[in-house]
Amino acid sequence: MDSTIKKICEGDVRTASRLIRDIEDKRPDANTKIKKLYAHTGKSFIIGITGAPGAGKSTLTDALITEFRKLNKTVGVLAVDPTSPFSGGAILGDRIRMQRHAEDSGVFVRSLATRGALGGLSQAAGNAIHVMEAMGKDIIIVETVGIGQQEIDIINHAHSVVVVLVPGMGDEIQTMKAGLMEIADIFVINKANRAGAGQLQTELSTMLNLSPQTADGWKPPIVAVGDAFEPATFSENTAELAQTIEEHHLYLKQSGKLTERMHRKAMTEIKDALSSCLMEPLLHSLITSGELEKLSEKIKNRKSDPYTAAEEITEKFFQKRRGK
Amino acid sequence: MPERKIRVMVAKPGLDGHDRGARILARCFRDAGFEVVYTGCHQTPEQIAAAAIQEDVDLIGLSCLSGAHRVLFPKVVELLREKDAADITVIGGGIIPEQDFSMLYDAGIKAIFTPGASLDSIVEWIKTNIKPD
Amino acid sequence: MYFSKEMQDASLKLTRKWEDEVQKTLKNNPDQKTRFSTVSDKEIKRLYTPEDIKDIKFAEDISVPGEFPYLRGNQVTGYRGRYWTFRMFSGMGSAQDTNQRWKMLLREGQTGLSTAFDFPTLMGYDSDSPKALGEVGKCGVAIDTLEDFLVLIEGIPLDQVTTSMTINPPATVLWAMYCAAADIKGVPLSQIGGTIQNDMLKEFIAQKTFMCPPGPSIKLISDTVEFGTKFVPNWNTISISGYHIREAGATAIQELAFTIRDGIEYVEDVIRRKKMNVDDFAPRLSFFFNSHIDFFEEICKLRAARRIWAKIMRDRFHAQNPRSMWLRFHTQTAGCSLAAQQPYNNVIRTTVEGLAAVLGGTQSLHTNSLDEVFCLPSEHAAEIALRTQQVLAEETGVANTIDPLAGSYFIEKLTNEIEEGAWDYINKIDAMGGMIAAIEKGFPQMEIAESAYKFQAQLEKGEKIMVGVNKYLSNQPYPIPLVEIDEKVGEEQIKRLQNVRRKRDNKAVKKSLDDIRNACKKGDNVMPHCIEAVKNLATLQEICDVYRDVYGEYKDPGLY
Repeated sequence: MDSTIKKICEGDVRTASRLIRDIEDKRPDANTKIKKLYAHTGKSFIIGITGAPGAGKSTLTDALITEFRKLNKTVGVLAVDPTSPFSGGAILGDRIRMQRHAEDSGVFVRSLATRGALGGLSQAAGNAIHVMEAMGKDIIIVETVGIGQQEIDIINHAHSVVVVLVPGMGDEIQTMKAGLMEIADIFVINKANRAGAGQLQTELSTMLNLSPQTADGWKPPIVAVGDAFEPATFSENTAELAQTIEEHHLYLKQSGKLTERMHRKAMTEIKDALSSCLMEPLLHSLITSGELEKLSEKIKNRKSDPYTAAEEITEKFFQKRRGK
Repeated sequence: MPERKIRVMVAKPGLDGHDRGARILARCFRDAGFEVVYTGCHQTPEQIAAAAIQEDVDLIGLSCLSGAHRVLFPKVVELLREKDAADITVIGGGIIPEQDFSMLYDAGIKAIFTPGASLDSIVEWIKTNIKPD
Repeated sequence: MYFSKEMQDASLKLTRKWEDEVQKTLKNNPDQKTRFSTVSDKEIKRLYTPEDIKDIKFAEDISVPGEFPYLRGNQVTGYRGRYWTFRMFSGMGSAQDTNQRWKMLLREGQTGLSTAFDFPTLMGYDSDSPKALGEVGKCGVAIDTLEDFLVLIEGIPLDQVTTSMTINPPATVLWAMYCAAADIKGVPLSQIGGTIQNDMLKEFIAQKTFMCPPGPSIKLISDTVEFGTKFVPNWNTISISGYHIREAGATAIQELAFTIRDGIEYVEDVIRRKKMNVDDFAPRLSFFFNSHIDFFEEICKLRAARRIWAKIMRDRFHAQNPRSMWLRFHTQTAGCSLAAQQPYNNVIRTTVEGLAAVLGGTQSLHTNSLDEVFCLPSEHAAEIALRTQQVLAEETGVANTIDPLAGSYFIEKLTNEIEEGAWDYINKIDAMGGMIAAIEKGFPQMEIAESAYKFQAQLEKGEKIMVGVNKYLSNQPYPIPLVEIDEKVGEEQIKRLQNVRRKRDNKAVKKSLDDIRNACKKGDNVMPHCIEAVKNLATLQEICDVYRDVYGEYKDPGLY
């Protein structure tokens, strides 16, 4: 076995975190390593947590780590934070709330910036998850902001999806708009001691009752979680959330839905890989050669149209490939 | 091959909560195009070293205003060495009297920035000295 | 403020004439910069005239000392009866080291004591906790048990000197030690006086010395207010602090607004939780402000503070007792305004800031030592700082008359503007549901971070100047002797602590800790149980661990 792969499978944190770095930085051999690693993946249970900024996702993730560790399960966390469009830099602040687990060798937390507009976030996240799977983490939590297609796409890598809402933020509407209603397996009403929590719960239940998916045996439960400032209730509530997630996992397995989710995940991975093998190098070469600029100029002046341009590009690309 | 993105960690070891400088720096690093992991206040050297390795950062910037730097900064370097991560550069800042500089350099701290150091000079130092392979 | 229509006309006419002259002059002699602003980036006009204060009504808005709105001070005689308290914050190494420094300061004419604790003490950890590694005695004195405390106050007449203790999460414990010490020395609680800082909201907002979440933290504070009101009537049980908010990078308006809004939160909690009447405890609330380098802005901030608090007490809480409306405050010059470069310049900065505090009518003052950017003050540096206050009081004549700048077009206008700015914030936080809700949202934290970043950027661009830092640089070395705390202090402190643990009655300790735990669970006042526990030589951390266990721990949310 490749020494990198061997080390990762033995749980070596340095090697694992470096491979994730290689994936993010699009090192040429990163995909090669993922190929070799792939056979060692697919055994973890993957949970996606999403919601608006400030919904308390990191605090919930932190509490879930505690709960899963009580059950002696090892945990990997992938925390996604936005890259500044102005500088290309990012402040990755999610892990602050999980720092108490930093010394626990059964927990691996990695922050991921959304990076460039060229896409690739979903691929990077998918592969980072694979690395954690190969490390043998029983549970992997992917935490991401539920706005923007890029961020939401990541959720397709998860088996169970938790959508976090907070009363008084107009979240229910945002949730519908963002299409989170469709992908949620579990809802959390966080900071449920605040005014408006009851109303949010009612609205959400009504929406869920109207939703057609509930017919197939799993009606997304709503878990209310009190303020993290009230530790006793908070830990009670988060224990319930962990329990609900476990129940959903069991349901997926027993109903055969897990296969469906694995299918969804595989589809996403193929699309990501295609994007990585085709779209990204293609766009990259078009940009660096200045061709994209020229084409857009032509299209703007109506000397060409996007479809003709795309056909020409495709033609040329495949010719070049065949030539190789 | 695209260049690597520089990843840094801004960490506050010890019990003091004076995070004004650390927070300004984190923001300034982001604006310089770095990816910045911020640990928040009250971190033990163990937490900092473990997090730095999990995050694969190139550099840790330690900020301490309580006077505990003499013990805590070297401890972070020592832990990184133990964990086979001596290649992670450690720099420090805060209220650090000049008489402590040599002791910190000897312990493996690569640069020290004290009050009054310009943000630009810190960013420049990182850009010059940190070249992730 | 105009006394007649004629006066107004004449004034406007003159002002217009002056404006024309300015425009003419600017053509050949432009200003040094396009915009003039305070250190808080508040824009300042070239000239203020009667027009700026035309709506001010003397009786309602300014008045005289001792009368609502107390803009000009609470005391009718001003500083003539007695100066402000010269109160130098000090604490270092062991209890014995600090006791010696205190005696030196009292000998040199200091009139009140003020204690700096080290970080483990501030955070509720014993000196032998792994968290205390490298910190013991560094930034202040290490106190683990009542034994240390008795050494600290050895030879200090508790019935004559007032003592301020800068302590927040473990305030109940340190105050309990003070009460227990008084008891042991035979001084009745009714005769001791002083202040515990005990202001947790500003910790969540700015200084980040926290232990339990906001809810229970405030409960403990209300316990001290209740206990003080009943048994220790001369004690200020909260020092509602803007100092640290400012040091974290806030503007003058933010410092004022967040501090006052914190005060409102505490008052509301005591009324709600303890069912106390506002006039029973409000007279013992005290405040603590920063005096930064922008001279006029600081004076106006302090004046505005008194007027806002008086209005809040009268209109929001319907206080009847004038003393409830008094905003009594301590001031410290701004640590963040000092520079490590050319450190002797810090004496000048501190002098100007101290003067602003006095012209703003402070009741108590700490002037920073020139070496405080490097370390704890040396004896010599601390003496210069104390002498600075004494020169201000005895030589400059500024204390001869009360609120000498009142009536200045600029001062009154700026006071008004700062007050308006503060009300905007207070109203905004009210709309969010109060300060705890605002803190949860990260509102004050983010506002402060934004201001801090903005100031730093202005400094980098040279839009704001610090002498020796970004202008008038010098390569000449300025050697100053620095105080260094020996690592041995920690080792010896740990030995002392372990000694106490060996000799005490552990059964009694356990019983008293259980009593505190039960009080926490039932919502009873913890203070009597804390006094009992410290008398049984329970350690600071043992008591704080009970709090952490029952109430949970608050961790830095590190918002961005």
